[in-house]
Amino acid sequence: MAAAESYPDDLKYHEEHDWARVEGDEAVVGITWFAADALGELVHFEAPEVGATVTKDQSYGEVESVKAVSDLIAPLSGEVLEVNAQVVDAPETVNEDPYGNGWLLRIRLADSGEVDALLDVGAYRDLLAQQ
Amino acid sequence: MAATLLHTPLYERHVELGARMVPFAGWEMPVQYEGVIPEHRAVRADAGVFDVSHMGELEVEGPHARDLLQHALSNDVDKLEPGQAQYTLLTNERGGIIDDLIVYRVGDCSYLLVVNASNRAAAYAWLKEREIPGSDVRDVSDDCALLAVQGPKAIERLGLPPATAFTFAESSIDGVEVMVNRTGYTGEDGCELLCMSEDAVRLWDAVLERGAVPCGLGARDTLRLEVCYPLHGNDIGPDTDAISAGLGWACALDKEFEGVEVLRRVKADVPERRLVAFVMEDKAIPRQGMPIEGGGEVTSGSHSPMLEIGIGLGYVPVAQAQPETELTIDVRGRPRRARVVKKPIYKRED
Repeated sequence: MAAAESYPDDLKYHEEHDWARVEGDEAVVGITWFAADALGELVHFEAPEVGATVTKDQSYGEVESVKAVSDLIAPLSGEVLEVNAQVVDAPETVNEDPYGNGWLLRIRLADSGEVDALLDVGAYRDLLAQQ
Repeated sequence: MAATLLHTPLYERHVELGARMVPFAGWEMPVQYEGVIPEHRAVRADAGVFDVSHMGELEVEGPHARDLLQHALSNDVDKLEPGQAQYTLLTNERGGIIDDLIVYRVGDCSYLLVVNASNRAAAYAWLKEREIPGSDVRDVSDDCALLAVQGPKAIERLGLPPATAFTFAESSIDGVEVMVNRTGYTGEDGCELLCMSEDAVRLWDAVLERGAVPCGLGARDTLRLEVCYPLHGNDIGPDTDAISAGLGWACALDKEFEGVEVLRRVKADVPERRLVAFVMEDKAIPRQGMPIEGGGEVTSGSHSPMLEIGIGLGYVPVAQAQPETELTIDVRGRPRRARVVKKPIYKRED
């Protein structure tokens, strides 16, 4: 079952519909409910390798639904520490639980100062309201 | 959006059901309601209904209607008795495919052609130009609505008797007059219901009331791809020939029709390339236009909701066309392995 629309308060958001949960010098990243709903049920996650570098505002992988392919845009720069194997095996997990079991990567931040450039939940909701 | 999109008589129903509407061949059509995957599975397991009223209906009538069609269409219309239908191709002088369609013999001198929405104008113009005295071609699409009700329980849910595939009969469903065609584009049992435009909403409501799940064009595409029915514009077109596409069975090469000499030659020489079905060995989803190593190209690709892997159709050189041949597909720069399989890709396990 697809999750109901939600945008948790404790996350940081990127205008390309990605989220980041920052914990010290690490962050867990994923895509927002809005992105998952727009794509429809995900059927493939093309993930980067552990150890790869991701760069803020640039593509680090792809997700696909039956009808569409979408680039994944890194909300922050860093090194990939972990790829969510559950999403690789069952991509629909993202639709079911986009901020929980549907996370995509855990990264070590290259520059924690980048966090300040991300949107808080209010700013992200304003962005969605304009779409 | 630049041009105004056309609406079928069921447009409001689709919007009320929360469908995601997309432009398709000049029409604003539902691509999905609940989701492509649940809709696909509903058709494989029970019954689904598709609004395919965007498709075109051409009437060809008159004492020489048969002569016109026998020369324009690849299959042998003389095999049809009234009440029977046939898959056939409208071919050009190069043996290319202007459209693939189903021809219904309605009466001794009366035929109905159901053509693709995107080719309605081209098919009509082509036939109209070739009218001969005693034949009359009319585009009656605007008067008609068409609902495809497909799935193992479709016929039972509609309260219809079993019937042979590619036959049709007048009937009524909950008081709506329909032509029940035992045809479809999903590989499942079922029918296509042709009614007058003004009856479309009543028919749609009746079919939903009987438990068919509303399905969009997204599921229609994945269903047809699993059973390897070609899609005109993707897998076949004016520049592809029926023999290479594996549609030789729909071509009566012993009769004279437009482009037949070309098709006879391709058949005698063995085509250079063939339209094959393949499944992905690696985790990846093939898409239309992706190159296949060795000179081939993907013409249709998607995720199979039944097999839960990437599947597709594509042209490859004959040397790569045998089942079990390993293919390498260029998925946006990444080489991904696939394997040629016998058609259909998906078959029900009975």
